[in-house]
Amino acid sequence: MSLVNCPDCQRLYKELDEYIDSVKGNTGVLINVLHKAQEIFGYLSEELQQHVSEKLDIPLSQVYGVVTFYNFFSMKPKGKNQIKVCLGTACYVKGADKILERLRDELNVEMNEPTSDGLFSIHAVRCLGACSMAPVVLIGEDDYYGRVSPDEVSKILDKYRRAE
Amino acid sequence: MMSKPITVLVSIDSNSLLLGARHFKNYLNTLVENYNLSSMVEILETGSFGDYGRGVLFLVLPDDVMYSAKSEADIEKIVLEHFLKGRIVKDLVIAEFDSGGSVEASESSNEERIVLRNAGSIDPRNLEEYIALDGYQGLAKALRMTPEGVIEELKKSSLRGRGGAGFPTGLKWEFTQKVRSDEKFVICNADEGEPGTFKDRLIMEGDPHSVIEGMVIAGYAVGASKGYIYIRGEYFESVASLRGAISKAYEYGLLGQSVLGTEFSFDLSVRLGAGAYVCGEETALIESIEGKSGRPRLKPPYPPVSGLYDKPTVVNNVETFACVPPIIDKGAGWFRSMGTQSSPGTKVFSLCGDLVKRGIVEVPMGTSVRDLVHKFGGGIPNGRTLKMVQTGGAAGTFIKPEEMDAELDFDSFKKSGASLGSGVILAIDETHCAVDIAKNLMEFFAHESCGKCSPCREGTRVIVHILNEFSKGRGTVEMFNQLYDISDTMEESSFCGLGQSVPIPLRSILDRFENEFLSHVNSPVCPVGVCKFDKPEKKKR
Repeated sequence: MSLVNCPDCQRLYKELDEYIDSVKGNTGVLINVLHKAQEIFGYLSEELQQHVSEKLDIPLSQVYGVVTFYNFFSMKPKGKNQIKVCLGTACYVKGADKILERLRDELNVEMNEPTSDGLFSIHAVRCLGACSMAPVVLIGEDDYYGRVSPDEVSKILDKYRRAE
Repeated sequence: MMSKPITVLVSIDSNSLLLGARHFKNYLNTLVENYNLSSMVEILETGSFGDYGRGVLFLVLPDDVMYSAKSEADIEKIVLEHFLKGRIVKDLVIAEFDSGGSVEASESSNEERIVLRNAGSIDPRNLEEYIALDGYQGLAKALRMTPEGVIEELKKSSLRGRGGAGFPTGLKWEFTQKVRSDEKFVICNADEGEPGTFKDRLIMEGDPHSVIEGMVIAGYAVGASKGYIYIRGEYFESVASLRGAISKAYEYGLLGQSVLGTEFSFDLSVRLGAGAYVCGEETALIESIEGKSGRPRLKPPYPPVSGLYDKPTVVNNVETFACVPPIIDKGAGWFRSMGTQSSPGTKVFSLCGDLVKRGIVEVPMGTSVRDLVHKFGGGIPNGRTLKMVQTGGAAGTFIKPEEMDAELDFDSFKKSGASLGSGVILAIDETHCAVDIAKNLMEFFAHESCGKCSPCREGTRVIVHILNEFSKGRGTVEMFNQLYDISDTMEESSFCGLGQSVPIPLRSILDRFENEFLSHVNSPVCPVGVCKFDKPEKKKR
């Protein structure tokens, strides 16, 4: 996604720049800025990293290093609805692997890749801190599903398909 | 506080939200309005009651009735029967108790609450409620003492770090206090990422001010004027809760310039983590706050001497900070009256896995694994048999059912081989295969190894490879022994605590389930039927 063929980009970059200006000068803000950038753009493309690097006056190598170090940051576009399956021990013991398997079957997609319609992508995450509700699936930022059984998977997905 | 005749407290936290707590609360609101009960019934959100799995919990006051609702119909029943007709809906009640008694205390008599003293009884977003229950009393008292006096009191209390390592908190603060520097920092490690641990979340969402108060006291004691709470980016609810609480504290003069009218000033802000287990290691966490990749630093120097931006820094866990205000307020002697000689006080445990009652309990240090599993956890569901318990978190030990008399405190690992760690009790029943459990756990470490040092980076990879071979039916006795060799190397030569502690769970499961591992070598199928062996000519090598 480059600036030229993205009609929204200018607006999005403006939003990001406003945030950067508000925190610039404080120490150690890179990670917070990347959080914001990913929130706005969905993922951290090379252009975007270049932009952050220039705005914050931090070497691109360092920005790239941070982006690739942390699990939360992604350099690839994700599905509109990111499905995070917790594979922490507590969820694993309660059958999280079977949920993952069912999801991949249903969506016919590799891990971390968006589906062909761009609607979903599946990500394995470590503990989401809701172990009493294991196995846990998180869709987007707020839609937690607890004690999920493999048979509920398609019902859950339908909810998001219908929303389209 | 109670202006309306009936008050309903709804337990809202990340776990209950999963059960539809917010929706149920809104529905309750609607019903109350529809039945014109708005002047009679006050509905308040509170933090967690610490008990999940049975539905969304509603505490009705002044009747002290605890309901568990699983559907809208249940809510309707409560409104129609209890609020309108004054009849308690018996089949939805899970606890009925006398005024003043806490929910958990009536249920399980020897739970003691210090850290969770307010969780589930106050509205965490309302600072006045925290203050009404002696909140910020500890800080007020601390500010009348000398910094040395505060540290002395903490040392007397023998409070030890709740993050897992158990380092004496007073000592850590003293080190930091004694270093001369123009600037010092206080950091709260809220990067809870230990699989199976969700206690910090409950504290931050149920009683955020207890953490803030603990941090301000720390700032005063060591001479720091700036604090950071480093929290996982995925903990959206906790982040919102803390941010809200911080801005309230500023409003009331509990943070910022001249705290409570004294000369002491303290600023506090939240920093988001981005999903890296290694950032729970304090120097990696510091690197991350500085905006860098979270790779650990060489120690010494330790953070009390040279931490954030190379300045003296105190790093403590959420639960540790939450312990501080009541210790200052009520004194070291009070704290020492609970728990064991070497590990006074209480510990919050996260109960998870194959248990009837999964959730959070706070009990005195020295409580046995057996009590946690059976008394508090309600035993094993579905008539199955317990196979093993992992205590302490991902880096904790696996123990067998016959070892469950082990009493957990900071010294239990030395005494009985069961680690306290961050207070996880993960029950695993007979339907699980030891090889498969070990494989999942080691995949986690391989993924989270930061790659800085080769013993950890390569060690975890080879371990996963070997366990994978076992799960495919291609393991050998040599490979089994090799796992011990790698463990020794990793323990002795890994750079930080992450790599050094990987051998702890690995050895403990190998020791206890040697036969099961070896039966993956000798027999044609996985004895539990979990692992799928490669079909044709097994064991060629």
